[in-house]
Amino acid sequence: MKEIRIHGRGGQGAVTAAVLLADAAFNDGLYSQAFPSFGSERMGAPVQSFVRVDNDIIRRRDQVYTPDYLIIQDYTLLSAINVLYGLKEDGLCLIDSEKTPEEFDLDTKAKVVTVPATRIAREVIGRPIQNTTLVGALAGATGLISVEAIKNSVKNRFPGAIGEKNAEAVQVAYDMLKGGR
Amino acid sequence: MRKFIEGSMAVAEAVKLCRPHVISAYPITPQTHIVEHLSQMVADGEVNAQFINVESEFGAASVVLGASAAGGRAFSATTSQGLLLMGEVIFNIAGLRLPVVITVANRSISAPINIWNDHSDAMAIRDAGWIMLFAEDNQEAHDMHLQAYKIGETPEISLPVMINMDGFILTHAFEGVDVISQEEADSFLPPFKPAVHLDVKNPVTMGVLAEPQWYMEARCRMQEALYESRPVIKQAARDFKGKFGRWYGDVIDTYRIDGAETVFVAMGSLIGTLKDAVDDLRGKGEKVGLLKIRCFRPFPGQEIAEALKNTRRVAIMEKAFSLGASGILGDEIKAALYATPYRPEISTFFIGLGGRDIPKSSIVNVYNQVKAKQQNNVFVDLKTELVK
Repeated sequence: MKEIRIHGRGGQGAVTAAVLLADAAFNDGLYSQAFPSFGSERMGAPVQSFVRVDNDIIRRRDQVYTPDYLIIQDYTLLSAINVLYGLKEDGLCLIDSEKTPEEFDLDTKAKVVTVPATRIAREVIGRPIQNTTLVGALAGATGLISVEAIKNSVKNRFPGAIGEKNAEAVQVAYDMLKGGR
Repeated sequence: MRKFIEGSMAVAEAVKLCRPHVISAYPITPQTHIVEHLSQMVADGEVNAQFINVESEFGAASVVLGASAAGGRAFSATTSQGLLLMGEVIFNIAGLRLPVVITVANRSISAPINIWNDHSDAMAIRDAGWIMLFAEDNQEAHDMHLQAYKIGETPEISLPVMINMDGFILTHAFEGVDVISQEEADSFLPPFKPAVHLDVKNPVTMGVLAEPQWYMEARCRMQEALYESRPVIKQAARDFKGKFGRWYGDVIDTYRIDGAETVFVAMGSLIGTLKDAVDDLRGKGEKVGLLKIRCFRPFPGQEIAEALKNTRRVAIMEKAFSLGASGILGDEIKAALYATPYRPEISTFFIGLGGRDIPKSSIVNVYNQVKAKQQNNVFVDLKTELVK
């Protein structure tokens, strides 16, 4: 089983990102589960969402305490709350940032990867909403889910031109992180 | 067809399959998505029901009471304060023997205000005379709705059914669900044929004044009907399995209980995490199993006692308790065992109140406590420094 925790701020689409990841995994023939942290979500407040992906049926429903993968939508959270808690040593932390992983100097043995997701989203989609871009980046960095499945999930969720653009952003981020960065 | 959907949508899809005539709706978190999805389905012409927006949950319950009395299949959904506001009507629906189905997205009760999951709402109206079922996951919640109408509408039962699913934990979780086809649903659940209904051409009175010479008999018949519903609930689960191949237990279910020295008891979505915890503990050589209460009313005391007869210790995990008294499941299970020669050591825990997450590690801690000594009404993961 692979467990993913997404840290964002209210309005960034952390829950949608989780649902898209799990939906894509489902369409890849895997078992998957996505759920929000159930806070009283407010714009700008720290929020979490969770994903589990497995080859077998998923029964547990507790939050993700020892993630394999972390997605950090807003790197200012790194100094606000302990977003790294429980991250597995052989796991991966994906951050939306123009900086290099070294610049963050994070206290973790897990691999840290950065991707300029907001820039990609702004350039490709025309809006700085990077949740779909980060989902593509995670697929590229981990190979957990196929990029085709993610693009299909994105296009189903957002029909029309906006879905096409989001799928394009997914592909850009996927290609950027595929094979290491 | 297997779909990746939200728990609330799994319920809406199931309600659609049941071909309700009337749906009443009043929004309240975390139930709202259920009636929102249904509202969309009605607007899109997928469900041929009267969708009635009301001014309160009292109205929502009154609408389904009236609709069912008129011979219609009626549905509503609510939670927490909404269920309490329905309270008076909830008792009347049962007393009038109307097979309404209401889905409760279980949530805590104020004060302090808290929108998250526990079972305080359902437990507060446990004496109303409804059949009360608890779903373990979204597939079971989906499947349970077809069974619920079938059970409640059985002429000799004629009782309302409350389907409980954990708010947020299930209602807002996305996962794969096998959505039944309309054709299959129709072959499982026949149209509602009420034995008696309000009809201007054949006038009857429902809910008449029952003077002291009649009231006790009416309540006795309700009690009998609830007990008689146990075999009907079991048959519905068997019929469902025969048709769809899925089994979630009947009034109870057990998991790895053979040879178990310690057995957890719980209801609802905690069952999933408990199954994983049981597997982990079994992997370490611990003799542990799980008993799921799927049907809380009628209370399956005999079935529970029978399932626990070879067990040394029982750890009851409750998401509600009776303030000023004790754990509700704990007391009822102890009472059921008292009528038998079986005397396992019973420990009771209050867990996950107001949506506090229940990590698998907390379940392992509970197991270790129970193994060390018997425990009474322990609040799991309590911040003890705040309650001194």
